[in-house]
Amino acid sequence: MNIKTTIIKFQSIIALLVMCVVLAFMSDKFLTMENGWNIMRQISVNVCISVGMTLVILTRGIDLSVGSILAFSGAVAAGLLKFGVDIPSLNLYLGFTVFGAILGGFVVGGGLGLFNGWMITQFKVPPFVATLAMLTIARGATMLWTGGFPITGLGQNFAFIGTGWFLGIPMPVWITIIVVAIAVVITKKTKFGRYIYAVGGNESAARLSGLNINKIKIWVYAIAGILAAVGGIILTSRLDSAQPNAGFSYELDSIAAVVIGGTSLSGGRGSIMGTVQGALIIGVLNSGLVLLNVSPFWQQIIKGLVILIAVIMDRVNHPNED
Amino acid sequence: MREENIILRAENITKKFAGVTALNQVSLDVHRAKVNVIVGENGAGKSTLMKILSGVYPEYEGTLLLNGEEVNFSSPKDAMGRGIAIIHQELNLIPYLSITANIFLGREIVDSFGMLDFKKMNQITKALLARLECNVPPNTLVAKLKVGQQQQVEIAKALLEEAKVVIMDEPTSAITDAEVEVLFRIIATLKEQQVSILYISHKLDELFRIADRFIGLRDGKMVGTIENIDQAKKEDLIRLMVGRDIKNLYVKEDLPLGEEVLRVEGISLPKHTIKSEYLVKDVSFNLRRGEVLGIFGLMGAGRTELLETIFGLHSKTMVGNIYIDGQEIKITSAMDAVANGMGLVPEDRKADGLVLQMPVFKNVSMASIDQIVKNGLLNSGLETDLAKKYISNLNIKTSSPGQKSENLSGGNQQKVVLAKWLATTPKILFLDEPTRGIDVNAKNEIYHLINNLAKEGLGVLVVSSELPEIMAICDRIIVMGASRITGVFSQKEATEDKIMNAAIL
Repeated sequence: MNIKTTIIKFQSIIALLVMCVVLAFMSDKFLTMENGWNIMRQISVNVCISVGMTLVILTRGIDLSVGSILAFSGAVAAGLLKFGVDIPSLNLYLGFTVFGAILGGFVVGGGLGLFNGWMITQFKVPPFVATLAMLTIARGATMLWTGGFPITGLGQNFAFIGTGWFLGIPMPVWITIIVVAIAVVITKKTKFGRYIYAVGGNESAARLSGLNINKIKIWVYAIAGILAAVGGIILTSRLDSAQPNAGFSYELDSIAAVVIGGTSLSGGRGSIMGTVQGALIIGVLNSGLVLLNVSPFWQQIIKGLVILIAVIMDRVNHPNED
Repeated sequence: MREENIILRAENITKKFAGVTALNQVSLDVHRAKVNVIVGENGAGKSTLMKILSGVYPEYEGTLLLNGEEVNFSSPKDAMGRGIAIIHQELNLIPYLSITANIFLGREIVDSFGMLDFKKMNQITKALLARLECNVPPNTLVAKLKVGQQQQVEIAKALLEEAKVVIMDEPTSAITDAEVEVLFRIIATLKEQQVSILYISHKLDELFRIADRFIGLRDGKMVGTIENIDQAKKEDLIRLMVGRDIKNLYVKEDLPLGEEVLRVEGISLPKHTIKSEYLVKDVSFNLRRGEVLGIFGLMGAGRTELLETIFGLHSKTMVGNIYIDGQEIKITSAMDAVANGMGLVPEDRKADGLVLQMPVFKNVSMASIDQIVKNGLLNSGLETDLAKKYISNLNIKTSSPGQKSENLSGGNQQKVVLAKWLATTPKILFLDEPTRGIDVNAKNEIYHLINNLAKEGLGVLVVSSELPEIMAICDRIIVMGASRITGVFSQKEATEDKIMNAAIL
């Protein structure tokens, strides 16, 4: 391997290190343990949903609904935990443990993701449109469920998920590490992961090889929904509150992380670890710009420019893709 | 023929693609105000020649003379500006724009305010369409037109540029009989208006109706012309298309055949657009273990569609029965086909055969990945071994199993696709144009491979449009024409003349 290909391979990490060194010189608050954990905690939600987004984009799809699904599943988990399910007509009241409430959130997230996949495969709705519709639907469902008000006061046990520490590492970071580890194994070491790349790389060849394209795609969107729910539960727990407008525009941060991490929007090329690096770059950049007192307006402009630079670099390295 | 009656002359045109010679020293004349018909098998070099004449390929050896003056077209637009227009088999119109907008695309007329002058453009369009007996309002959307009418729009576009030579590539392949009649009247009118036509088609009947002369191409070489059309017979035309010497060609071993492995009965596939017309019509045949069965047909005969239909890709619209080892099987998707021991090496390996950005080993294991799974995870050792086995068995030239498939040559890519299927240990293998675009050595290797597979007891179905190839490697040859089976020959009784005769109806 020559120097050029090495640099290309590790360009995200190099960019990340350069940013860290520069920020360490510019602000003495940047290179502290506290700030480090802050950044990790802040990006954990984005990493969770971006892992799902990576799988979707690898199949040459897109999922715009993750922010709304995140809000709805977080709200469902919070609502189940605080109020349970009361059905007066059947004279039925179901209370939920923390575990049950979280499971409820997963079911909602996975179910909505499944619905996305069903629309895309059975009715040939383009992923952009199907998930755009779900973005609106899930947001509306969140408003209905919460009545437009936050659900707060969720108790110590639930709060542990978002704010607790275990073995000196914050819980959200643990959860994220587990999600990433599972996703890396799935993409690199399982049949399903291989098929995800094949479908995105050449759907026609994959179909002719006897792969069940629809099943693969439906699963990928369902997983993206479940991971949005994971993010929703972490966020709700950390804030001790399910906000009706939680996760607003998170899909954009997530796509940004995937793209900066070198995954191709034309499918078939990319990696989970790339996305993690992409999310880290965004997280470090956010933190650094805040510490340097850069105006929030400039922060947005700078983030946009970083996305452009990342994609241009990617184009230069892969000139032959459409 | 007097010089002034020759509008376009090609002298010693040679064109090579990556070492493969598509045209070899071709010289021909296009006669003014005549219908000049080019005949030849698929792969004879007709399309390449048309693309050179219409400026699609600006790079070639040799000389083009337009009205005696040397020209070199840098682009289709350049050729168009000099009066040479091409009507492609697949029409290039923008569906949701009007006829006028399509005809004037890129050369719109604007008024003194810089706004589009619809009135003027519509008037001109109307006049052009009238010349073609087409009475559709100029502001009609192209999407609402029938295919035949869309073709007329393409011709009108050529007329707007005052084309002197109109090249038509299989213009009747997608239109109805009534539309063909209109097209022929248009061609007659164009001739009267001193437009010269260069016409490609495989349909013999129509050729004799409209041709003024024939030009024969074979294997990239000019083989002769028939000028005296009144006395020409079908046999003369076939002689122009085939009749090469077949020495040094691989010939398949004569092997004993086994049990019947595949039988299809009454396979039909209606067209999506017109349900009363068929892409495949009532095809029945059987295939035995150890047999190599060839399917020959010219472009559009329905060969690829037949393979796709049996392979389960058109399960919603197809009719007919499929039997494997004597058992009737319902095949509703490629998944079913693969599960029942079939494999399909598609015609376009880049588009349908390989995931190009994946390394060789991942493509090899694609269709049989279960055999490299250990404890629920992909085992890279098993996977590499599998790939290495086929790299050595099929003599795939690659720097390593990890090489990206897109970096391999065409022949080696084709072997990777074959390896993918052999790894599934199939009973039946469909090969669609298995040697298209690959060099002679790789071709020969693939012929030997097909022979060995038959020896091992596979049933092999080979679609090819290369006559010598199909005659050399097949035990039996089915000829298709116009979506039907038009002839079946054993290897011994097959001759080029007989096969071509059946193919061109």
